[in-house]
Parts: sequence; C-alpha cells; structure tokens
Amino acid sequence: MGDITIRVCMGTGGLAAGSSEVLREFSSRLSSRGVRAGVVKKCVNKTGCRGFCAKDVLVDVIRNGIRTTYQFITPEKVSRIVDDHVIGGAPVDEWLVGPEYHAFHEKQTKILLKQCGEIDPEDIDAYIGVGGYEGLKKALSLSPFEVREEVKASGLRGRGGAGFHTGLKWELCSMSPDKVRYIICNADEGDPGAFMDRAVLEGNPHSVLEGMIIGGYAIRAHEGFIYVRAEYPLAIQRLEIAIEQAERGAFLGKDIVRSGYDFAISIKKGAGAFVCGEETALIASIEGKRGMPRSKPPFPVNRGLWNRPTVVNNVETLATVPQIMTRGAAWFSSIGTDKSKGTKIFALTGKIKNTGLIEVPLGMPLREIVYDIGGGCGRNRKLKAVQTGGPSGGCIPASHIDMPVDYESLGDIGSMMGSGGMVVMEDTTCMVDMAKFFLSFTRNESCGKCLPCRVGNMRLYEVLERITGGKGRAGDIDFLVDLAEDIKISSLCGLGQTAPNPVLSTIRFFRDEYEAHIHEGICPARVCKAFRRYVVSDTLCTMCGKCFRECPSRAIAWEKKQKAFIDVKKCTKCGMCYDACQFRAIL
Amino acid sequence: MAQRKIKIKINGVETVCEKGDSILTAAQRVGVPIPTLCHDDRLEPYGGCRLCSVEVKHIHRLLPACTTPVKPGMEVITESATITRIRKRLVSLMLSNHPNDCMHCEKAGECRLQDLAYEFGVDGSEYGGERWDLPIREANPFITYEPNKCVTCGRCIRICSEVVMAGTIDWVGKGFYTLPDTAFRRPRSLSNCEFCGQCVSTCPTGALTDKKGRGKGRVNEMQRVRTTCGYCGTGCTLYLNVKGGTVVKVTSAFDGPVNQGNLCIKGRYGYDFIHSAERIRAPLIRKGDGFHEATWDEALDLVAKNFRKVIKKHGNKSVGAFSSSRCTNEENFLLAKFVRTVFRSNNVDNCARV
Ligand SMILES: Cc1cc2nc3c(=O)[nH]c(=O)nc-3n(C[C@H](O)[C@H](O)[C@H](O)COP(=O)(O)O)c2cc1C
Ligand code: SF4
Ligand code: SF4
Ligand code: SF4
Repeated sequence: MGDITIRVCMGTGGLAAGSSEVLREFSSRLSSRGVRAGVVKKCVNKTGCRGFCAKDVLVDVIRNGIRTTYQFITPEKVSRIVDDHVIGGAPVDEWLVGPEYHAFHEKQTKILLKQCGEIDPEDIDAYIGVGGYEGLKKALSLSPFEVREEVKASGLRGRGGAGFHTGLKWELCSMSPDKVRYIICNADEGDPGAFMDRAVLEGNPHSVLEGMIIGGYAIRAHEGFIYVRAEYPLAIQRLEIAIEQAERGAFLGKDIVRSGYDFAISIKKGAGAFVCGEETALIASIEGKRGMPRSKPPFPVNRGLWNRPTVVNNVETLATVPQIMTRGAAWFSSIGTDKSKGTKIFALTGKIKNTGLIEVPLGMPLREIVYDIGGGCGRNRKLKAVQTGGPSGGCIPASHIDMPVDYESLGDIGSMMGSGGMVVMEDTTCMVDMAKFFLSFTRNESCGKCLPCRVGNMRLYEVLERITGGKGRAGDIDFLVDLAEDIKISSLCGLGQTAPNPVLSTIRFFRDEYEAHIHEGICPARVCKAFRRYVVSDTLCTMCGKCFRECPSRAIAWEKKQKAFIDVKKCTKCGMCYDACQFRAIL
Repeated sequence: MAQRKIKIKINGVETVCEKGDSILTAAQRVGVPIPTLCHDDRLEPYGGCRLCSVEVKHIHRLLPACTTPVKPGMEVITESATITRIRKRLVSLMLSNHPNDCMHCEKAGECRLQDLAYEFGVDGSEYGGERWDLPIREANPFITYEPNKCVTCGRCIRICSEVVMAGTIDWVGKGFYTLPDTAFRRPRSLSNCEFCGQCVSTCPTGALTDKKGRGKGRVNEMQRVRTTCGYCGTGCTLYLNVKGGTVVKVTSAFDGPVNQGNLCIKGRYGYDFIHSAERIRAPLIRKGDGFHEATWDEALDLVAKNFRKVIKKHGNKSVGAFSSSRCTNEENFLLAKFVRTVFRSNNVDNCARV
C-alpha cells in the first residue's frame, strides 16, 4: 500500500458537510480491504479547518510523500478513492480540487492556519510533532521581562479589534503593584460572519494554550481563563481535551516543564451576547454579573477581573505568540508593513467566488485579496465595495481597491480591522440597506447601559428604515451624520463608539444612493422593496395564472384567457409572483 | 499622606486633589458644576447617562467625569460647545423615549429629567420614532413602577444590590428595550422585595414613586419636616411630608448624618400610626380584666405609689428602668437622671443594642 496519510477536514464547515461519516467510511473501507487496524488508526487523520469551506468535505491523500487533495467528498465516494488511489496508486482525477483551490492558497501566508489543516487537533503529540510547546520551553528559559521584550520587538498587535501592542499591554499589566494577576483569552467571537478564532480553537487548540501560558508567564500570572461562547461546542470540547493533555504532559499545572512556574487554565462559557466580547463586559460576565461594559480608564491591565490587573487577549493574538518565541521577533517583524506586523486571518464572505478563511500578511493590497485569492465577484458582476471590521466597520468602495489592508489604512478610510470580517459586495447591494442591516445588529446587541448607544442607535436605525421605506425627508442625511458623530464620541464602550461607522462610511462614499432614495424615490440597486412596483407585462404574459395562485395577498386579478393584473393597493411587494412567473412577465 | 496629592487643571485652573478621586469629585470640591443623572453619592460611579462627559486633553472622545480617575497633570474642560451639544443631545434622546406628561406626573417639581429638559431647552421632538408603551406596575403594595418614565439610569438596580443587598431587580432585555425589572419580570412581591423603597428614593424621575403618597400632593404644596425616625436606635433622619396637617409621605434626608438618605421599610412606609384612629391618646389603667382611660395625674400617681411601695419593702436596688430606643436622646437622658436621682438606683438601661 505504500506510505499513506489520509487527512479529513473536521472543522465546523467540514463536519456540517458530513466529514465524520467520510472519516468513518475511510477507516471501514481500509479495514475491509485487509489493512490492519493499527495501521488504519495511524494513517487516517482528522484535521481542523483549512479555510476553503466552499469546497468541503476536503480530503488529502498523501501517498509516498505526494499530496493529492479531493473536494466535495461524500461517504459514497470513499470506496473508489481507497481502491483506485490509496491501494491502486491512481488518483481519481475527476474529484480532485481545481485550479481555484491552488490559486486560493498561493498568495496566502499561513502561519496560524498552516497547522490547522494538517494536524489532529485532539492529539497533543501531533502538535508537539510540528514543534509545539517549543515556544513555551524557550520562554521559560528566559525571564518574564525578556519574554515581554521579545513580543514587543516583534511588533505583534492585538487581533481582537483595537490593535493594541501586545507586548506593551503585558508590560503595563506587569507594572501593577498588585501581585495577583490574570490573563484571559477572549474567544467570544461575536461578529456575524467571523469564524477565524473558531477555526484556530477547533483546528489547533494547543497553540492557544501555549500562547496563554507564555503570556501568563510574561505577566507573572498563575491563572488564566478562556472565555468562549457556548455556541462553539466543538471548540470547547477540543479545548477541554487539550487542557487535559497539556496537564498530563506537564505543560500546565504545577512546575511547568520543571521550571518552577505554575499556571492553570479554566474555561468559562459565554451565553452569546455580542457585547460580552468587549473586555470589561467579558470580565463582568466571568465575575457572574450581567455582561455590561464599564468605562475605561481604569483599564483592565490595572483593574480587571475581581479588580486585579488582567490582560485580555484575543485567540489569534495568543496563538501567534508561540511562533514568535520559536522563530524570533525578527522573523515575525519581517512580515507585514512598518506598523502592522505579521499575518492576519480574514473571513472572506459575501458576493465572492471563493469564500472561506484566508491568512495574509498585513498590508496586502485589497485587490489581491479580492481578485487573486477570492477569485473576484464572478462573471458579469461588478465589485461595489468591501465591508471590513464586522458590523461596526466601514465600507471600502471599489475605487479604493488598491489600498493596503493594515490597521492604519483601514482606520484612515473610516473602517477598521475589527476581528477580520470581509464582506464583498457587488452592484446588486444597496448601501443604505446594508447600513441598516448592520445597524439593526448593533442596536439589538447594545447592552443598554449608556444612553447614546441605546437610544441613539435606535434613532439612527429608524431614520434608515424611513429612507429605505421610501419615506426619507430632506435633511435626513445631515441628521444621520450629526447624530452618528455624537454617538461615536459619547458612547461608553467600543460597541457604541463604532456602531455608526457603516452609516458614516456609506454616506461618505455613496451619498448619491441616499439622495436617490430620498429625492428621486428610487433604490439604484433595486433592493429596497418600498421602491419596487410589480406590474405585469402585457406583451410577455401568457395568461397562465400562476402568479394569481401564488399571491398570498390576493392582489392579482386573473381569469382564464385573461392577462393578470396587479392591484398596487393590495400588493405587499413580497415578490412571490415575480419568482413564480416562468415567462419573466412580471416586471 | 502628602504624596497622595495630585495636581490637575480644571478649566485652566490648577486644582489639588487626592489620588483615587474621580474628575467629578475633584470638580465638585472646587465648586465647578457638572450635570449628572445616573450619579448618587450613595452608589458606585456608573458612567451610564454620559451627562457628566468632559473633555480631557489628548483624548479624542469625551470621558465621563464620574468614573474617570484623576491623573497627575490631567487637563479637564467641563464646558465647551461640543460638551453642550452632547448634553443637549443626550437629554433630547432621553425625552424621545419618554411620555413627557409632567402635567399629571407625581414627580413634577422635583424631577431631574424635567430640570434637565428645562436647563438644556430640549424636548426630544426631533426624533419621532418608537417609544415604550408599557403598563404601569402596581403589584407592589408600596412602590408604583411606571416603566415608560424610566431613563435607565440604573440607580434603582444599584441601590438594591449595593446598599440594600437584596438584588430584587436587575437589567432585563437588550438594546433599546433594556429596563430594570425583577427576574422573569415577576411582580415585586414579598418573596423578592424588601419594600424599603430605597429604589424610589434614588429614582430621578417619576418611574418609581411611593404608592401611598400618590395623588396626595405636589412637592410645592408640601411642608417638609425634618425629624428622626422613631422606630429604632439607629436614629435615621427623615422628612415628614406634610400637607394640610397630614403626613402624606416620608422622604429621605440625604444629609442625614447616620443614614445619608437611606431608610428601611419602617421609616419610609410605617407612618400610618400617626393618623391612626386606633392610636392610644390617654393613659390606660388596668382594673380587673380591662383597661380604663385615666388622666395623666391619676396614672402617674398610681405608678409613683407602687414604686414607693417596692422601694420601701425591698430597697432602692430592687427597682430600675429600661428605656426604649424609640425615645429621643433627651428622653433617655431624663430617664437615666430620674432613676439615679429619684430612685437612687443604677439599674438603668436601653434596648438600643442592635
Ligand atoms: C462590542 C465589542 C465586541 C468585541 N468582541 C470581541 C471578540 O469577540 N473577540 C475579541 O477577541 N475581542 C473582541 N473585542 C475587543 C476586546 O474588547 C479586546 O480589545 C480584545 O479582546 C483585546 O485583545 P487583543 O489585544 O489581543 O486584540 C470586542 C470589543 C467590542 C467593543
Ligand atoms: S456603548 Fe452600547 S454596548 Fe457599550 S456600554 Fe453603552 S449601551 Fe452598552
Ligand atoms: S418623570 Fe419627570 S419628566 Fe417625566 S413626566 Fe414625570 S415629571 Fe415629567
Ligand atoms: S426606575 Fe428610576 S432609578 Fe430605576 S433606572 Fe429607571 S429612572 Fe433610574
């Protein structure tokens, strides 16, 4: 049979596409072909997400060192792969991944995601096999001060949103006179459409633990918490396994790798409020209170969990730390731009061909991300804008497609890095509607503590609703801008301070669309229902009566051998007739 | 402690304050006014209403004066065009979700929101939009809750958990619909509420009012009589709110030296006895199986006669007096003096040991 490794993607995307059945089928098919159980166990591996979820289930067959990747694998396809390829040595060509799979990966620089798609996340030996926990050993051989200096020199900035320098955060915390300190891993990941932290937790949980232990050592903490949303059961399960394995392997607990350093990690499950990702709300939630932010300063590094100095770091930030320790600050800072070092994972979604998780060096031009990696919007489609930074980020119009993606450039254009969401929009997206969509999310997720966010965002939303509902008034745009600016400067936490961003940035770049809604009574993208008029085309109607039967509002008049007619007064603009008509007679 | 002093500048004027002070405390100490709404001296600073927002040099956002600690060299501006604009904005947003029916509101005349609306000259009408339309909650025998008038300052929640430590109410809901309520929005009842009315005492608007006093008079019709609570030895200071010779309500005296505005159920709501028809108004002497009304002279003569009898037969040490903590200090002093000089006994004590 030769030297064989089979890797099945078992991230959440893979699992949803049926990867556990595929994995089981591989084992049973191999056994039925007479391969010994021990060998089967060794050569069939599960891995975490490798980013290209649109093609799941992805399976690698590595035969005598040559890797072949299959896409869209189902249990039925397994027997042929085993027979022809694993045993017979001839890959099944028609199921192989296409050129876009390679294009997708070519321009990426995978540091964090690399191991995610290759090692078994439930096996500490697999992690150790690729150099895992070497960073920790290195760190423990240095003083906490030296560790902090190394991370400072690397230029690593927080991946949770604000981009604060990680080494500096650790230094500020360790300067506090209080000797009891904590480190918290923020795995709340609440941005809709963002799943990079999830991929790392599910695909390589040990890297997060290792980063946390190093961080804990750097600030001389002895206790750490991972705050992870309860909606991530697989991540929680794999973290629990990883913690247990790390404890058995003496990487956690008392006297870690005989260094005399003690550190323990516990998991806290969050109930899924977006605002609990904000560090002070997260701390309140761990303390057993309602997850509501409090004003900063004082910052958590001075007064955090149970009023003790506390470092809160994002999953991605922490998972990067072991690599910095093993490969050195100089290596890390050679990637990226002057002020934004290293790589960042983005969740590429929306109207784009290759959706999935990508990891690229900071500073990569947006064009390369959208066209080279993402494959563009597809044929006959025109890119309109890219929304970055999640629901409280901003949009980058197509005209700025050559801008570099880093903390500063995104901030300058009125957006932000956020957790790394990237939603691609083409010309069928209405920007007013889009702003309304994001605001409806943030207004619902406002914790209600402070007035500008709680009531202000509601009022912003209502004006947007008015505009998209065809009832916009002269002066609405200025009203939105003034209110949005006031909410930004007076809100308590990051949620309120950034929630108006989508409104401000769409007005900045697509003011004409707002004006078209308000003054001309049209939605240029033909999205907003209020501006739609459904009418039956006299020339195209075949008098079949399908629309008449479909209309839930009985707004269509029709009789046999008569053309249909839509009563605008009764029509609720649901669009059922439009979808139903096979002759495209409804305009 | 000299090293704990910090120098900051408020509106360009150098000010000395203590380490750990908030900007608000520092400003108040030197008489610089900063408007607040969610602040109550009895509570931890909160920073929710944002009215106390001030400018701090080198910070691009506004910071709340109540929660922001002072730092050496800090330069604070408490009034500027931006600050006023924001404060107007905030009050107006508050009013945009408010019934604005001061005409028949229990709180009119001493309502913080009403004052703010007047001060900033706004009415919230530029917004339109959704307003809460929630029913009045009358389940509690002492407290009426009109959620529509709530400005979500959180003071009731905080006093209930920080001072009373009952935790009866907390935030319920999210976003625009967040409001103070009991767990699962159950009625405030004996099973979950202390009935101390502390929440009422801190509520800046007419959202929480004393049920027994509702409709019995506006603040300007009321004479406020400062007195000491007669229930226990703590001696809380309170105001009897008197209208036409009748006590219609008890309110907090925030400068009360022992209680600083806090009261318990008895002090705040236990005033029915004052005008009770069943109140004993003359001495009663037990004769046979019942009590019979008597004059003070008759009663005191009887007591004096019996004391004399006991002392004559068993000596001075056989008598004494035990005073009530519901008496005033003056009364207690007089009783002690009486026992020592008239009875010539040292057997005197008081129940105020709580
Ligand atoms: C509304 C809101 C939601 C947030 N959600 C997250 C989150 O899901 N994950 C995260 O790591 N940081 C989140 N943050 C940022 C955190 O407050 C904090 O800055 C971050 O965890 C710090 O880690 P870093 O320095 O490693 O980025 C959020 C912030 C705000 C204001
Ligand atoms: S800005 Fe919004 S989420 Fe943040 S504290 Fe205020 S109300 Fe809560
Ligand atoms: S709560 Fe205050 S502002 Fe509101 S109606 Fe009553 S008096 Fe007027
Ligand atoms: S009921 Fe009164 S005290 Fe409580 S939050 Fe509302 S306005 Fe504030």
